[in-house]
Amino acid sequence: MNYVSSLGLYLIMIKDTFRRMTKRSVLWRLIFQEINDLVLKSIGIVVFISFFIGAVITIQTALNLTNPLIPKELIGYAARQSILLEFAPTFVSVIMAGKVGSYITSSIGTMRVTEQIDALEVMGINALNYLVFPKIIAMLVYPFLIGISMFVGIMGAYLAGVYGGFLDGDQFLTGLKDDFIPFHLFYAFFKTFVFAFLLATIPAFHGFYMKGGALEVGKASTTSFVWTSVVIIITNYIITQLLLS
Amino acid sequence: MIKVDNLYKSFGDTEVLKGISTSFEKGKTNLIIGQSGSGKTVFLKNLVGLFHPEKGSIYYDERRYQDLSPKERRDLRKEIGMVFQGGALFDSMNIEENVKFPLRMFTKLTSAEMKNRVEEVLERVNLENVNQRFPAEISGGMQKRVSIARAIVNRPKFLFCDEPNSGLDPRTATVIDNLIQELTKEYDITTIINTHDMNSVFEIGEKIVYLQNGVLAWEGTKDEIHHSDNKDLSDFVYSSDLFRKVKKAYQKGL
Repeated sequence: MNYVSSLGLYLIMIKDTFRRMTKRSVLWRLIFQEINDLVLKSIGIVVFISFFIGAVITIQTALNLTNPLIPKELIGYAARQSILLEFAPTFVSVIMAGKVGSYITSSIGTMRVTEQIDALEVMGINALNYLVFPKIIAMLVYPFLIGISMFVGIMGAYLAGVYGGFLDGDQFLTGLKDDFIPFHLFYAFFKTFVFAFLLATIPAFHGFYMKGGALEVGKASTTSFVWTSVVIIITNYIITQLLLS
Repeated sequence: MIKVDNLYKSFGDTEVLKGISTSFEKGKTNLIIGQSGSGKTVFLKNLVGLFHPEKGSIYYDERRYQDLSPKERRDLRKEIGMVFQGGALFDSMNIEENVKFPLRMFTKLTSAEMKNRVEEVLERVNLENVNQRFPAEISGGMQKRVSIARAIVNRPKFLFCDEPNSGLDPRTATVIDNLIQELTKEYDITTIINTHDMNSVFEIGEKIVYLQNGVLAWEGTKDEIHHSDNKDLSDFVYSSDLFRKVKKAYQKGL
């Protein structure tokens, strides 16, 4: 029953977020600020993780291909499929649930605890629109981050494969291009947009409706990370079932 | 003027406000006092529209809040300024941006006009050279003064203050009290202050409303409080030895 009422409250929050818009000039400033805080400031960690995970995918694939009848090009193919279909869109999003999600929950939660949200409401400002809407719009840029993750992940895979002595560059590139299905790219970016929406709204929900003090802000951030990850994983399954099977 | 008629508010089975009726006059500093848990904050939050009462009416200059359309309510909110207990300044903005915020949201003033208005109110609350600092970089007393500046920058008709001098030293608390009273007279606004600071009661209490367990148990002026026969009020107001001596001195006509 508690989950059902939370889901209902979440849906009401989404509806209210798009009502009574904040003054446009103020909103643009907030959106650019959020793009900087949520997306641009995440580039470093995403590049770092993507490069090394891409490299590890190549090494593990290569080490498991012991049969000489299996062509080496398969390493490039496997790296591409793993990175494009799952690692970049889904697992980077789970990592972002920790980084971006915690930031959103704690910043909004702190505003709740210190009555800054009350101050907005007393002034007649729709606090949800002011705080959450710019985050949703800013996260429309999130697929750009996932595009970088895909590129850097494949770079890492290439460098680890070639310089680790598992295959040569031509073999990797042949495998990379082999049987490429453009629809997979659509699938990856489609689910990235869905995850971006979840990454902006679920942590905002946990921050906006939290009660208590500083300790509860910490607890809300943890709960928010858990729920955002769970919902991303389940949504990933549903989208995959609908689009790929 | 704000008039409250038979106001009820509950949370679940707990009835917090039980039929409060009173009025707060324009140009006066009206104080709501009472022990912790007496319903002061809930009452104030009902007055500013953060909570919605189950029953009863609130009139802002003859406009019954419950009868207003959503747009009229939003317009009414532009006439309200509020000073929160902790200041509630926006951490991500510097002092100038904090004070400018209501102007940016609700007026069509140019940047230069906004800057002038901000300078004017910051000067009025005796703050200088803090425009570019952030809330975390200034003292609690300064934060309260910035909060007052933000509350009055858009020339409100109604000013609400939730424990404006809590956490401040006595001298700074008196400065804040006097500042609020001066602004109330200067701008001719209806000011309602939620407090349990007895210094404030005797300094600026032009009308005092005493709440006890969600009921309006007494109302009057700071002078009338000395003659009140309400035992709970007397116990509350004269709980410290200092104020008992004040009462005796007052009754002796000293």
